[in-house]
Amino acid sequence: MAWLDKAWVDTALETLTAFFLIAGALITFISSFGMVHLRDFYLRMHGPAKATTLGVGLILVACMFYFLLIERTFHIQLLLVTIFLLITAPISAHLLAKVALHQKLPSDISTTGAPSELREEDVGQEPDTPHPEDPGSGQRHSP
Amino acid sequence: MIGIALWISFFLVAMAIILNAYRLLVGPSLPDRIIALDTMYVNSIALIILYTIWLSTRVYFEGALLIAMLGFISTVAVCKYLLRGDIIE
Repeated sequence: MAWLDKAWVDTALETLTAFFLIAGALITFISSFGMVHLRDFYLRMHGPAKATTLGVGLILVACMFYFLLIERTFHIQLLLVTIFLLITAPISAHLLAKVALHQKLPSDISTTGAPSELREEDVGQEPDTPHPEDPGSGQRHSP
Repeated sequence: MIGIALWISFFLVAMAIILNAYRLLVGPSLPDRIIALDTMYVNSIALIILYTIWLSTRVYFEGALLIAMLGFISTVAVCKYLLRGDIIE
């Protein structure tokens, strides 16, 4: 890769590394601050589920740029960690939401609407209109 | 330039881990503590990567990958235990 030996490439890589480091650390800090600051569990889950993955991914991208700067080689292992975090963070967030609904954690007073697992009166109710292909209800056309 | 950015990043990620520890100790319910631990291991991956940049070695990449896998598996195991009362049915 001959284009990597130019003088401006070093400056560009250094700037990119510093930018991605600061951006990733800021986003990580903001997500953890949101986890302390927000009011109930369903709100607090937003930070770790989305923003932490982005922040750590940006720090790993910064590390890739840094090793491109000092060794002139790409390292795929760091991308592997990023892809693994991108795959596993939604799964753990989904399982944690299921745990919270299972334990019926209280939500904030200003939360409007609720998932059907938390609405006791709606569970088991019959629908208003019968299903068109249901043979037991409605008019039946004789063949 | 990278040195200054590295120190700022160290400070911010360490503050993030301290906030996670606060939520882990205070957290009113059990899922709060689980999600605090979950965020804590992801932040520790970030701290290991920052340490890797600071030392300019490639030794700790596998450590980051191992922490990612074990943290995910432990989170899923605790969640399954709380949901079903058993981990492997």
